[in-house]
Amino acid sequence: MFDVLIIGCGVVGAALAYELSKHELSVCVLEKENDVAVGTTKANSAILHSGYDPKPGTLMARLNVESVPLTKEICRKLDVPCKNIGSLTVAFSEDDMETVKRLYERGVKNGVPGLEIIGQEELRRKEPHISPEALGALWAPSAAIISPWELCLAMAQTAVRNGTELYLDSEVTEIKKKGESFIVKTSSGVYEARNIVNCAGVFSDKVHAMIAEPCFKILPHSGEYFLLDKCEGDKANTVIFQCPGEDTKGILVSPTVHGNLIVGPDNAAVKAGDLSVDAKRLQGIKETARKSVPDIGFGENIRNFAGIRAVTDIDDFIIGETEVQGFYDVAGIKSPGLSAAAAIGVYVKNMLEASGVPMRRKKSFVDERHVTRFNELTAEEKREAVEKNPLYGRVICRCETVTEGEIVDCIHAPIPPCSIDGVKRRVGAGMGRCQGGFCSPRVLEILARELGRDPMEIEKDKKGTYILTGRTKGEQA
Amino acid sequence: MIYDVIVIGGGPAGLAAALEAKNEGAEKVLILERDRELGGILNQCIHNGFGLHHFKEELTGPEYAGRFIEMVKNTDIEVSLDTMVLEVTKEKQVHCVSKTEGYRILEAKAIVLAMGCRERTRGAISIPGTRPAGVLTAGTAQRYVNMEGYMVGKRIVILGSGDIGLIMARRMTLEGAKVLACIELMPYSGGLTRNIVQCLHDYDIPLYLSHTIVDIKGDKRVEQVVAARVDENRRPIPGTEMTFDCDTLLLSVGLIPENELTKNAGIEIDKRTKGAVVYENMQTETEGIFACGNVVHVHDLVDFVTAESQRAGRAAARCALAGGVDGGKTITMKNGSAVTYTVPQKIRTGNVEKLCELFFRVNKVMQKAEIEVLDGENVIAHFKREHLAPGEMEKIALPRMLLDKAAGSELVVSVREVE
Amino acid sequence: MTELICIGCPKGCHLQVDEENNYEVSGASCEKGAAYGKIELTDPRRVVTSTVRVKGASPARCSVKTNAAVPKGDIFAVMKALDAVELSSPVKIGDIVIANVCGTGADVVATRNI
Repeated sequence: MFDVLIIGCGVVGAALAYELSKHELSVCVLEKENDVAVGTTKANSAILHSGYDPKPGTLMARLNVESVPLTKEICRKLDVPCKNIGSLTVAFSEDDMETVKRLYERGVKNGVPGLEIIGQEELRRKEPHISPEALGALWAPSAAIISPWELCLAMAQTAVRNGTELYLDSEVTEIKKKGESFIVKTSSGVYEARNIVNCAGVFSDKVHAMIAEPCFKILPHSGEYFLLDKCEGDKANTVIFQCPGEDTKGILVSPTVHGNLIVGPDNAAVKAGDLSVDAKRLQGIKETARKSVPDIGFGENIRNFAGIRAVTDIDDFIIGETEVQGFYDVAGIKSPGLSAAAAIGVYVKNMLEASGVPMRRKKSFVDERHVTRFNELTAEEKREAVEKNPLYGRVICRCETVTEGEIVDCIHAPIPPCSIDGVKRRVGAGMGRCQGGFCSPRVLEILARELGRDPMEIEKDKKGTYILTGRTKGEQA
Repeated sequence: MIYDVIVIGGGPAGLAAALEAKNEGAEKVLILERDRELGGILNQCIHNGFGLHHFKEELTGPEYAGRFIEMVKNTDIEVSLDTMVLEVTKEKQVHCVSKTEGYRILEAKAIVLAMGCRERTRGAISIPGTRPAGVLTAGTAQRYVNMEGYMVGKRIVILGSGDIGLIMARRMTLEGAKVLACIELMPYSGGLTRNIVQCLHDYDIPLYLSHTIVDIKGDKRVEQVVAARVDENRRPIPGTEMTFDCDTLLLSVGLIPENELTKNAGIEIDKRTKGAVVYENMQTETEGIFACGNVVHVHDLVDFVTAESQRAGRAAARCALAGGVDGGKTITMKNGSAVTYTVPQKIRTGNVEKLCELFFRVNKVMQKAEIEVLDGENVIAHFKREHLAPGEMEKIALPRMLLDKAAGSELVVSVREVE
Repeated sequence: MTELICIGCPKGCHLQVDEENNYEVSGASCEKGAAYGKIELTDPRRVVTSTVRVKGASPARCSVKTNAAVPKGDIFAVMKALDAVELSSPVKIGDIVIANVCGTGADVVATRNI
């Protein structure tokens, strides 16, 4: 019997698990996929928004602004890549300048620190590649770029290290109330808990409907992106937004924490699970992005992807206890969901406490994580690292300089990866310009060896994404 | 200790450069190779067709590499395997790391860059659709199949008719897979004609020219790919779609010289080749740092890589032993009509013995063409060719006498079709 | 008259072979091409390159080839014969893996050292 059972281990589920793991509670997290951070969390703009955009008074506005410093602190403690580069919302017309002023005022109301409207000259100083058409911008110094899946992983790992039980490949199929508790059936077994928190992302309406009256509907939207080679990474120094439109924050151009340039997203309603990219939409993104930064070298594109957003028919996050006592929704966590996740964790923890879940602080809570990233070490540190562990001396991913040592480390850390992309999300192998062409056979070999599995079983990403279809020469090993 | 010559990369380019440097008198020569064995990509190119120029016989990739590896073994050239070079500096320091030797900073009088090239990926050409498993570059598939003994698919479509794609079409067929089609964006194949015959025709694999992939379908593994004809601007024509039920899409959509070390060292890169700008002796713009093979420009035949790398090795040894050369007048080579690049880009006439070999590629298929070298308005040399194609590297030899006589500091290489 | 593209070397000469006239070949730029033109229409042959298993070694496969071209019709029989082979290291380039494979007169030989 768990005190709290969390459904879904995206960044929101992980943030809540992390927060709860600071307390003397028995907590379990169920994730339907074979890894954490593989839904909305893995494919988005990878930005901590400053919080000027959401309507004042909404949960989105409050939690976004509260969350930014909180997230930065978590990144520091748990060794998650995060860079405070600020954002610029650029105006290209007098109308846009009016919008910028409105956004400034809204931001001030939301409590966003340090906002400033800057003119052309200052804008050009910050962004030498900005279009000559740009007139000015809203400068939001608290915005940052982050590695979303590493944030999710780090919080989930820390929760697990502090006693949280995480079950992967556990898709919830049925929830029943039995007396004071819930019985949750999944593809991996049956779990019992006093409280359930639904953090199921784009599937949160379905999970909700398993036990409560339907009261909201997820309308999945996708946003498509370009990810450009590191040689284009200096085309932007900050997160460059255009003035927001009806339903999106507009196409952005931004460096990533890994040094690439990210361009996107657009916005279109799609079927749940549809992560395909479309040539026309990509063309549209290119043209719009060039309005901000005309000389983006799209010839240096290394990857296109689409991210899914859990948009709902309600214009705010849906967070609270349902009519079923002990069953909580944390749903409709669309943008700025990543920015707000850490504060959502605290908010829901407080909500559980107010409903009578006892929160006694753990004395033994381990609130730290350290990751060796070989390519970030100085020459002297590299020398020492290889002396201590020779596996750091074998570079597996040549584009990102990721060593065998780092890959083996991540396989033996809490929440080990089971796929090539799982390794990629943890250490960056295969994220570079050759997109795993060189390293994926080698990563596959290391995964099979370290996990004691047949290489034939190692998959690219989620279940069923098999890579190898057989052996040459009569099938014998 | 300071090495005379450090060669980065132990593929065909690095092997030839190191051997030639040794032959030319360099004493301490070191090859740094990131893989567990020498030979580079040749080890997975198990098909034949290598060596007709250099060895006057037809060898497989591993055999071609094997001969050079044997020769290296018979010298005192040092080899560090499983060693990755992390940085090269203009001061000719080489930072490298390996499991056995740890992190080292080595010094050399001359460095030869021979890192080869990498394959273009799905992202580079933005193929739309879903992102399932089963989309991989032909070279990655080649490694799985030929080195590790795994099959990567059962029903296969190949995008791109470059040589690796064609070779893999045959290879996968021989290993029991069904290759449904080879799809090529351009109106001509990017590979050698002989490979069209012996890899596609022999096995009745259709080649669709002027086509591309417009959609990939499948959630977990590729289930279908959709191809369509393209117009003269290479845009898909609606209504011409063909759907293939397949589990794998292999990409053979081009190679890019692997120049991250070069760029980080601050060495000038030619946008046309995506390799370093080189002089007649394969020296880059940085004195004492040379480059050869596919890291300079993508070659069609390994035999030409060998010849070019021997030049680089020879020059590196001379540089290490005697210091830099004073080459006299420098001529910059420019590409005129139908020519996409030249290597070398710069020629110091005083450094040319009798002939300077010039390599280039054309941007369209041509029958009966005339190659002209222009000095301003004047044609100072011309060469006839029966057949030119973008998939094939072309070579001319310019006599030193002509170069010396050139009035300007620029020569233009131009190609036109003749009746 | 049959048109062929010579596969003897990367040049890829366009050949014309006159079956009526003792397979006379025009368009070849060397003797090998002329010979190819005739044999391609009378007894087409190819060198087969592939791999065989190697016991407990890395890489797990050793590359091999037929040391002469074999009849095109025998290619898949040769491939099947390779399935049955397992080598143990050391292997040297040129080692005979299967002598007179499928009765073609050609040997399958190793093309790398392991």
